[in-house]
Amino acid sequence: MGTDREKLVVIGNGMAGISTVEQILKLTKKFDITVFGSEPHPNYNRIMLSYVLEGSKTIDDIVLNDLNWYRENGITLHTGTTVAKIDEQAKEVVTVDGMRVPYDKVLIATGSNSFILPIPGSDKEGVVGFRDIADCNQMLEAAKTCRKAAVIGGGLLGLEAAKGLVQLGMDVTVIHLMEDLMERQLDHQAASMLKAELERQGIKFKMGAQTTELLGDTRVSGLRFADGTELAAEFVVMAVGIKPNVAVAKESGIEVNRGIVVNDYLQTSMDGVYSVGECTEHRGVCYGLVAPLFEQGMVLAKHISGVETAPYEGSVVSTKLKISGVDVFSTGEFIDGPEHTVIANKDDWKRTYKKILLKDGVMVGAVLFGDITDSAELQKLIKQRTVMTDELYDSLMGTGCCGGGGKKTTSVETMPDEEIVCGCNGVTKGTIVDVITNQGLTTVDEIKACTGATRSCGGCKPVVEQILQYVLGDGFKETAKQGICSCTTLSRDEIVAEIKEKGLHTTKEVMNVLGWSQPEGCSKCRPAINYYLGMLYPDTHEDEKESRFVNERMSANIQKDGTYTVVPRMYGGVTTPEELKRIADVSVKYDVKVVKVTGGQRLDLIGVKKEDLPKVWEELDMPSGYAYAKSLRTVKTCVGSQFCRFGTQDSMGMGATLERKFERLDFPAKFKLAVNGCPRNCAESCTKDIGIVGNDGGWEIFVGGNGGIKARLADSLCKVKTDDELIEIVGAVMQYYRETGNYLERTSEWVERIGLDAIKAAVVDDPENRKALMERIEFALKQVEDPWKKMLREGEQSGKLFNRLEVSNQL
Amino acid sequence: MEKEKEFYPVGALDEFLVQIGRVVEAGGRQIAVFRLSDGRVFAALNKNPHPKGGPLAEGIVSGHYLYDPLYDWKIDLTTGLVQAPDTGRAEMVPVKVEDGQVWIAAGALQPQ
Repeated sequence: MGTDREKLVVIGNGMAGISTVEQILKLTKKFDITVFGSEPHPNYNRIMLSYVLEGSKTIDDIVLNDLNWYRENGITLHTGTTVAKIDEQAKEVVTVDGMRVPYDKVLIATGSNSFILPIPGSDKEGVVGFRDIADCNQMLEAAKTCRKAAVIGGGLLGLEAAKGLVQLGMDVTVIHLMEDLMERQLDHQAASMLKAELERQGIKFKMGAQTTELLGDTRVSGLRFADGTELAAEFVVMAVGIKPNVAVAKESGIEVNRGIVVNDYLQTSMDGVYSVGECTEHRGVCYGLVAPLFEQGMVLAKHISGVETAPYEGSVVSTKLKISGVDVFSTGEFIDGPEHTVIANKDDWKRTYKKILLKDGVMVGAVLFGDITDSAELQKLIKQRTVMTDELYDSLMGTGCCGGGGKKTTSVETMPDEEIVCGCNGVTKGTIVDVITNQGLTTVDEIKACTGATRSCGGCKPVVEQILQYVLGDGFKETAKQGICSCTTLSRDEIVAEIKEKGLHTTKEVMNVLGWSQPEGCSKCRPAINYYLGMLYPDTHEDEKESRFVNERMSANIQKDGTYTVVPRMYGGVTTPEELKRIADVSVKYDVKVVKVTGGQRLDLIGVKKEDLPKVWEELDMPSGYAYAKSLRTVKTCVGSQFCRFGTQDSMGMGATLERKFERLDFPAKFKLAVNGCPRNCAESCTKDIGIVGNDGGWEIFVGGNGGIKARLADSLCKVKTDDELIEIVGAVMQYYRETGNYLERTSEWVERIGLDAIKAAVVDDPENRKALMERIEFALKQVEDPWKKMLREGEQSGKLFNRLEVSNQL
Repeated sequence: MEKEKEFYPVGALDEFLVQIGRVVEAGGRQIAVFRLSDGRVFAALNKNPHPKGGPLAEGIVSGHYLYDPLYDWKIDLTTGLVQAPDTGRAEMVPVKVEDGQVWIAAGALQPQ
């Protein structure tokens, strides 16, 4: 069967190898493909590791091709298998374990390794590079036990690693050999602005320092520098550079310089053997970035599939730093020499910097800091070696006083169809134009869903927007605005205003009147609109169960096997022997799989069958803990003055009071409280939506803390003297958040968006407004009822929700 | 006549809430039945097309689309096809509404 097909063996299961395979599969089915990868994972997006470290993505999120993909495309995948060499005589690829696989063509895409400085101590425990998932996991592990970290290397990777570690709560110093950060991508000016910004974000720097030794016994304990000074560190990341992984090529007798030498068609010196990506050296250059790898892959795919192609002639590289809040970009020649004409504009107020270099009037390089909206256009212009004109100058440097009208139509028009726009996912301009014209797509989100462009790092979004604008022409403007989901172009505030103004009362009405593109909305907007309606009309809005996410509809948390968890309320984390007995009895009777103590000081009965839920609630006879809801979850408390010798306030009592008062109300997102009896803060107020810390004369209130995906320490809002004041401030903050928060926006994001000062002004400094907020929340609280009791009361209706229909078996 | 016989009544239409899925079980098989707001009824094996599996019945129903309850995949109930950027297919089961009853293809209710 497969024997008459040509055998292609790919050595390396990373982005370069697999994106080339994807390109090949688009062109031909003539190959029987086998892939070898040393790592135990399928192909993942290495550029996104920074996000995994930072916590905004998981490893699953960054997998580009899951195992299904290999299966569906008939590719034989050997993970965790390292290839030793290519046996040219036998025409076989040989693995380290001695497996031999015959080939007609071989593609070497082994990428690169971290360059580990050859200094004493570099082999100690606690010293890692930053290249793969294993490194990333080690860093995540280290952050749990270590405090002080050092990152050697102030380049792109080093800074991303440093920011990730700071985000994980470590004290991080970046050690850099040069006086400027990212000196291979930035000029002195941009580098010093970058350093100042990163210092603001909590990274420390030691510049102009050469590390000569890593100290410690088996595990690293510090660094020594050339000037004899030392720095303590329990964990060291080496990010001084990469070196092409040429082991297989070398062992096989293929010509190797710094990288595997290839010609303009990516052919190595061995017949039938090709190479792409970071392991190659083309015209004397080894690339360490993603864009060239796609450009090489495309040329190779065409060549190997017998499709005519222009040769690969090298890439103009550009750089973007993936640290949130720090926008840096550079491309081409960016260090000015005597041969350059320099156009520069530095704005200390907005903290932006823009520099364009010309050589004989031709644009050859640029650096941007702070505002990188022009990055796509500059990259284009520089790649095409465009001659600077007065018109271009006006457009780029913004000399027009009223923000000149019809600019920015130039570059995408002339971009060739096969040029790659999205480097992370290898999407070309042609593909994007195709889906816009053939499938009628009108938003970047739709293009993302369809092609994957902008899905990963998002750096290409401006170009995708420009292509959209170019293809749609005048049709673009009306559709360009991004709404709360792809069903609408309206923002949250506009929707809420329209609901009030037009007196809309159901999600269906909202979607009809406001012109939703999908008449019944989607899983994003339906729950959101249902929430806004409930918030605006607490007494009259009829909650729409069908617009609730499953957990809120069932008042229980669905698990991956379709069973549910049940968490009853334990006010302030306090329970009684009687309750515990009931919990134990119910757990035995309904065969609960696990009884877990939650992080919020209560008990979680895991693995309850859907049809048993009403019975479990009835027999527990406890209120719902709302562990499934965007509502008040837990109020964590410490023991406090009732028993603790340090306690200054009754935290258990206050916790239970607040929980009883504010439970059951819908919020934009889940809401957690903590109450502490003294500043020792045993109940961890700093990571709660509202954290309360007792002191000798009253309470201090903190807001916007979060211990989840994006950890954030709560900000101090104010101090109060009495319990009544405390309850009023808490209620007012909650209501202010309910009225102004975006659906699914946690307070940690809300505080940053609205600003702590605005919240203070609304609830602390303005007693009138505080009273009004409090009245509104009290009114809303009057309308709520325990959902478990309600469902038991509504027996028949609930039956349709929970019970399956059994069909007798006499079919 | 033969064709008629291939369907089996599983419950009155008003046993099924609008836009909220319900599971019908027979012969150890679970079928998720969805009643749309326009009156149409669709049925699928209660098996999530996501590689991690799980149920389907508890998803959010919008028009003839279903957003699965575990991974938020968008599934076209008229074809079972998972919408881009995800791929896959939910196994749909023939179903009809007649005489105020929901009927499911008998073949789908039999143990496999």
